[in-house]
Amino acid sequence: MPTPPNGSQDPTTLASLANGERAAILSVDCARPVAVRLLEMGLVPGTEIEVLRRAPLGDPIELSVRGFSLTVRKADAVSVSVARRAPGARR
Amino acid sequence: MSGEHAAAPPAGVEQGSARPIVLLVGNPNSGKTTVFNLLTGSNGKVGNYPGITVDRRSAPLKLETGTLELVDLPGTYSLTSRSMEEEVAVDAVLGRGLPAPSSVVLLADATTLRRGLYLATQVLDTGVPAVLAITMMDEARGQGLELDVDALSEALGCEVVPMVASRGEGRAELLRAIARAEARSGTRGAAPPLPPALEADLAAVSEVVERLEPHAGLSEARESARRRSFAAWALLSLGDDEIEDVGAPLREAVSERHRLAASEGRKLDTELVAARYARIDALLDEVLRLPKAAKRPLSERVDDVLVHPVWGLVVFALVMALVFQALFSWSEPAIGLIEAGVEVVKALVGGALAEGPFRDLLLDGVIAGVGNVIVFVPQIALLFVFVTVLEDSGYLARVAFVIDRVMGGVGLHGKAFVPMLSGFACAIPAVMATRTIESRRDRLLTMLVVPLTSCSARLPVYVLVIGAVFSGSAKVFGLLELGAVVLFSMYALSVLAAVGAAAVLRRTVLRGPRPTMLLELPPYRRPRLRNVAFATWERVRRFLVDAGTVILALTIVLWAGLEYPKDEATPARLAPLREAAAAIEDEGERDERLSALDAEEKGAALRHSIGGRIGTAIEPAIEPLGFDYRIGIGILGAFAAREVFVSTLGIAFDVGEADEQSTSLRTALKTAKRRDGAPLMTPLTGVSLMVFFVLACQCMSTIAVVRRESGSWKWPGLMFAYMSLLAYGAALLVYQGGKLFGWG
Ligand SMILES: Nc1nc2c(ncn2[C@@H]2O[C@H](COP(=O)(O)OP(=O)(O)OP(=O)(O)O)[C@@H](O)[C@H]2O)c(=O)[nH]1
Repeated sequence: MPTPPNGSQDPTTLASLANGERAAILSVDCARPVAVRLLEMGLVPGTEIEVLRRAPLGDPIELSVRGFSLTVRKADAVSVSVARRAPGARR
Repeated sequence: MSGEHAAAPPAGVEQGSARPIVLLVGNPNSGKTTVFNLLTGSNGKVGNYPGITVDRRSAPLKLETGTLELVDLPGTYSLTSRSMEEEVAVDAVLGRGLPAPSSVVLLADATTLRRGLYLATQVLDTGVPAVLAITMMDEARGQGLELDVDALSEALGCEVVPMVASRGEGRAELLRAIARAEARSGTRGAAPPLPPALEADLAAVSEVVERLEPHAGLSEARESARRRSFAAWALLSLGDDEIEDVGAPLREAVSERHRLAASEGRKLDTELVAARYARIDALLDEVLRLPKAAKRPLSERVDDVLVHPVWGLVVFALVMALVFQALFSWSEPAIGLIEAGVEVVKALVGGALAEGPFRDLLLDGVIAGVGNVIVFVPQIALLFVFVTVLEDSGYLARVAFVIDRVMGGVGLHGKAFVPMLSGFACAIPAVMATRTIESRRDRLLTMLVVPLTSCSARLPVYVLVIGAVFSGSAKVFGLLELGAVVLFSMYALSVLAAVGAAAVLRRTVLRGPRPTMLLELPPYRRPRLRNVAFATWERVRRFLVDAGTVILALTIVLWAGLEYPKDEATPARLAPLREAAAAIEDEGERDERLSALDAEEKGAALRHSIGGRIGTAIEPAIEPLGFDYRIGIGILGAFAAREVFVSTLGIAFDVGEADEQSTSLRTALKTAKRRDGAPLMTPLTGVSLMVFFVLACQCMSTIAVVRRESGSWKWPGLMFAYMSLLAYGAALLVYQGGKLFGWG
């Protein structure tokens, strides 16, 4: 596993980030077809993401990554490990 | 596509047209449709890629130096593919089985340049001459992004043209750049090297590619770039895939490299993708300047409301109600006009021709058949206006986002919601609207269950049956009409059946990797009237040409089946009775007597026809459902169009012309007896009949349109089979179960 970038801490999964939280991707361990697509959408290790919101019914999750919005189902988000950014930490 | 590789035509030449091909490649929502129309001035002609139902739009592209063929590739985020449908992208770019392009126009949205360049650099690495058009420059400037176009062009080794496609800005520059790219035909530096470990992986797979894959007849530099790109494609695509046209040695080489990498603790997929993004990030650090303090994009602020936990659902419900209302009621006047128009044409043509079989064929076969086809146009047009506006504006992606939780639960894609909802108006436009779903498996699944949603053509059947057997009966809980409860139950049954069928199909016929939904929520944009009009017209045109001809042919066949052979005996038998009736003094009584004789004659003619005989012959099969031969005939007739059930029943029950409100038909149903003298239409028979209608695939137009949209008879065949079985089984259960409880 790559070492978390500076300023980040607390490894967890994408699914457990709260709305508005930022994190850096550590690794994407979904089933291969989904993993490759997530990677290709820009979620490579080290990439900064922000959880924008959840759908009104709680799933899927909307993230901001590389300047665009991507929605990911919770079932996939649990297999993406991230390092939570300390609150207030700048990009 | 496989097997054709050896016979691939020379590079860059379109089969048949002999024009060099220019491919248009870009992410979804990057402005591809806009640029295509801008460059060619037209919507182009739409066909399919060989062997699969992926739209292939192409149109002549006129340059000063000559005419080329611009081919629009479906919007994609990368060349990586896991299904035959997705493989279209890599095949088209590399010229596998298809002619290799002579150049490529790459599109990238300036506001999502990083992701756009992922695809663009994949294509550039194949060595094909290319131009990069950067769209949405207006939005990028609005966000304060500054792009050094020359430096980007230098670094990528291809011309870069900034554009505002929606305003036509950059068109002339792009055309000139394409002409220059064509003239240079294929000299660009090789792709920048990757870390040594990855290079070794690529080299090993390239070697196998060289042995297995035929050359495209290009320069050695391009062939080698092509092999390397194909190797990179294979490393990311193969494994857990549904691709059929790659050889076993290539698969083995790929899984061997993955194994090897894993044994060294490397993740090959991650490394390959990360290396490309590292290259793009390094590049953009040089050429793209981000604004100091980014303000929150407008779209995000709009989404605070539009996908708000509460307001989001309210907006969603309102928008969907609007779509449904339009399909259900706004289309009514147009449908009425078409139906009236068909009657007028019938009357005109009928008046001009002598009575006889030819006149009948023309009026009730051909003209009625054409009417059967165009009557769908208002709903199709309306739905596609809505779908295109929703899609182009960006809200359709939000619809999927909001409702995915519900749809995903039964294995459906969030984008299946709009088609399913539209199905309650009519399955035909609904099946066509599944086009918004990118994955073929998700799309087929939706198409196969949409006909279970209770379309408006079933309503007259419910109304008739409920009127006949539940009218004036007791209230439930002293509150609700029993009839209303029954009607509601039919709609509930239809929803449950659709959801259940989706869950079952997903686990059986359409089994595959765990479905998912990775969806980009694009920024909100104003839809262009021109795009909406083009897209809607294209759908209507293709419906008329492809599905329409099948519907017309089936209408004529069904008409003939219910008309022939002619019954000579009954008119002869009734002739004396007719004479006697004509002699009756009292006008009222005379007319009544004569129309009763007409009805009897029509009924006899129907029973004498092939359709009537089949209906009679299947009586033993449908008796356990509580139906008799007359209902059997009605069910056969209903195949032409569900609403025909009621009028066919009218004839079969000897009451002549009838609609669902007609008291004579209702009375006839109420008083009808079985052969053994027992009453036919008990409440139990009524429920059994309605359940049958909810579940049965009783509509040849749906079959024709599913055949059109799925590209083979296999899927409509499967749909017809499973729905018929379901309908039969459920009606059987209702009737026999009910009898067991002593309700019949
Ligand atoms: N502001 C702005 N809007 C644009 C530009 N180019 C296209 N659009 C708009 O962006 C939206 C998407 O454009 P399309 O041409 O439909 O994009 P597409 O790539 O064909 O999209 P898909 O059909 O979903 O793949 C439309 O509303 C266009 O009017 C541009 O340069 N600037």
